[in-house]
Amino acid sequence: MTDRPPMSDSALIRARGLTKRFGAFTAVDAVDFEVAKGESFGFLGPNGAGKTSTMRMIGCVSPISGGTLTVLDQDPTTQGPSIRSRIGVVPQQDSLDTELTVRENLVLYGRYFGLSRAECGRRADELLEFAQLTERQNDEVEPLSGGMKRRLTIARALINEPDLLLLDEPTTGLDPQARHLLWDRLYRLKQRGVTLVLTTHYMDEAEQLCDRLVVMDKAKIVAEGSPRQLIDRYSTKEVTELRFPAGVQESLDGQLDGLADRIERLADRVLLYADDGEAVAVAAHERGLQPETVLVRRSTLEDVFLRLTGRSLIE
Amino acid sequence: MAGLTYVLEHRAVQYRRTFRSSVFTSFLSPLLFLTAMGIGLGGYVDRSGGAALGGLTYLQFLAPGLLAATVMQSAAFEATFPIIGGLNWQRTFHAMYATPLSPRDIALGNLVWTALRLAMISSVFTLVVIAFGAAHSPLVVVGIPIAVLTGMSFAAPISAFSATQRTPNRFNVIFRFGITPLFLFSGTFFPIESLPSFIQPIAWLSPLWHGVDLTRGLVLGTFSQNPGLMLAHIVVLIAITIVGTWATVVTVERRLIRG
Repeated sequence: MTDRPPMSDSALIRARGLTKRFGAFTAVDAVDFEVAKGESFGFLGPNGAGKTSTMRMIGCVSPISGGTLTVLDQDPTTQGPSIRSRIGVVPQQDSLDTELTVRENLVLYGRYFGLSRAECGRRADELLEFAQLTERQNDEVEPLSGGMKRRLTIARALINEPDLLLLDEPTTGLDPQARHLLWDRLYRLKQRGVTLVLTTHYMDEAEQLCDRLVVMDKAKIVAEGSPRQLIDRYSTKEVTELRFPAGVQESLDGQLDGLADRIERLADRVLLYADDGEAVAVAAHERGLQPETVLVRRSTLEDVFLRLTGRSLIE
Repeated sequence: MAGLTYVLEHRAVQYRRTFRSSVFTSFLSPLLFLTAMGIGLGGYVDRSGGAALGGLTYLQFLAPGLLAATVMQSAAFEATFPIIGGLNWQRTFHAMYATPLSPRDIALGNLVWTALRLAMISSVFTLVVIAFGAAHSPLVVVGIPIAVLTGMSFAAPISAFSATQRTPNRFNVIFRFGITPLFLFSGTFFPIESLPSFIQPIAWLSPLWHGVDLTRGLVLGTFSQNPGLMLAHIVVLIAITIVGTWATVVTVERRLIRG
C-alpha cells in the first residue's frame, strides 16, 4: 500500500511496518493498518498469508520482529499483561479445558483476570445466556459439538468485558448452520459496539462481518477497504461463469476474446467479468459457444482476491 | 504471584474430579508394596539375619526408601502428561497465556501444584507406614518434606523436557530407561553396597539414591552417623530442583511464544 492513512486518535490498534520473522522466514512483511474503536476489522487471506502471526502479535503473545505496534495505546513489548487484561482472544484452535464443565471453564478463566468468584459467576450466567449454553452449563465440554465449543470460546473471551475482541478464523471447520448461528452472535456484539478484529479465509464471512478489511497474501497487505469498495475497485459488478464439458475449455483458443472486460480461466471453469453478466451470456451463446452450465452472479471478495493474486482463496 | 495462585486454582478444580480415585490409589499402592515386599519378602530377609540392614527389620528399612521411590514415580507422571496436555492437546496453557498470566506463572503454578500433590501422596503413604507399625520413631513425618523434595528433583527437569515435546513418544523412554531402573537400583529395596562395586557410582548419580538415603537417615535417626553426607544429599536435591525449575520456565515460555 502506498497511501498511508493518517494516524487517528481513536484507533485501538496502530501498526506501522509491522514485521514478524521466524529465522530466515518472514511471516509478516512490514504491514501498516489501523483499527478504530467500534469497528469490525478483518484480515482476509489464504492459509499461510500471515494472518495468525499478525493476530498473535496484537494479542501480545508473540514478540514483534520489526516496525511499531500500539494496542490500546500501549506497547505490547513492555505492557503485554496490561494489554492482555483488556482484550478477549478466540484462538484458531480450541483451548478449552475439556474435562471441566462449561461453567467451570468460564469461571476459572475469569479468575485469571483477577475477578472475584462472585463476579465470575455473575458474568458466567450472562455469557451462558448469550452463547445459548445455559442448559449445558453443568455438562463437560468434551461431548459438545464444534459449534458449541466455539460459542463457549467466544463467551470465555468476553468474561473480562474486553475493549477489543480478537477472533482467529472463528468458524473454520464448522457446518453452515453452526456458522450462521455464530455470525449472528458476533453481529450482536458488533451492534453493542464491541470492536472486533478477525481473520478469515471465507469471503462470505468477511462480507457478513467486516466494516473494513485488508487482503493479505504472502506476508503482505495487498488491498484495503470496505467489502463494497474492494469489489468496486478490483472487480466488475457481475461475473458470468461458464463451465464447459471436459477437454473443451482447453480448445477454446481466442473464442472468448472481447466478450468481457476481463477473463479468468480456472481449472474447471471460465470467469467473464463485466457489469452486465446477462449480456455476456447472450453474446457467448451468439458466438456458438456451448457451455454445460452458465451462471451469472454478483462479484464477491473471492473475485477481488483472484484479481489481486491470481489465485483462489481456498485451494 | 497472584497469577500463580489462579493456575493452582485451575489444577485444584481439575483434581476435584478425580479426587476419590486418586486418594484410593495413594492408599492402595503403599498397602500392596508394604504387604508384598515388607511383610512377605521381609519375612525371609529378617530370618536370615539383618546385619546388612543395621539391625532394622526389612519393613523398617524398606518403608522410607519406598516412600521416596513412590513419590518419584508420581512426580514423573505429573511432569509429563499434564504438561504436554496443556501445551499441545487441550492447549489450556495457551488459553492462560492469552490473559494477564505470564509463562512464568504457568510454569511455576504447575510445579507448585505438583509439589502439593506429592505432599498429599507422601502424607497418605506415611499414614500407611504408621498403620503397619513400620515407623521406627516419630521422625517418620520428616520423611514427607524430604520425599517431596526428592520428587521435585525429578518433576522440575522432566517438566522442562516435556515442554519441548509435541508427542508423548519419548516419555516411554524416560519411564522405561529412567524411572524404572532408578526405582530398582537406588537403594530402595536393598542397600546399594549389595551391588557390584563398579555399578555403585551409577547409583550415586541417581537423585533417587540421594533422596532414599536421606529419607532413611532422617526417619531412622541414623543421619548423625554421617551428617556431611546428609547435607550433600540435600544440596544435590535442591540444586537439581532449582535448575530444573529455571529450565521449565524457559522451555514453557519458548513453547508458548512459538504458538
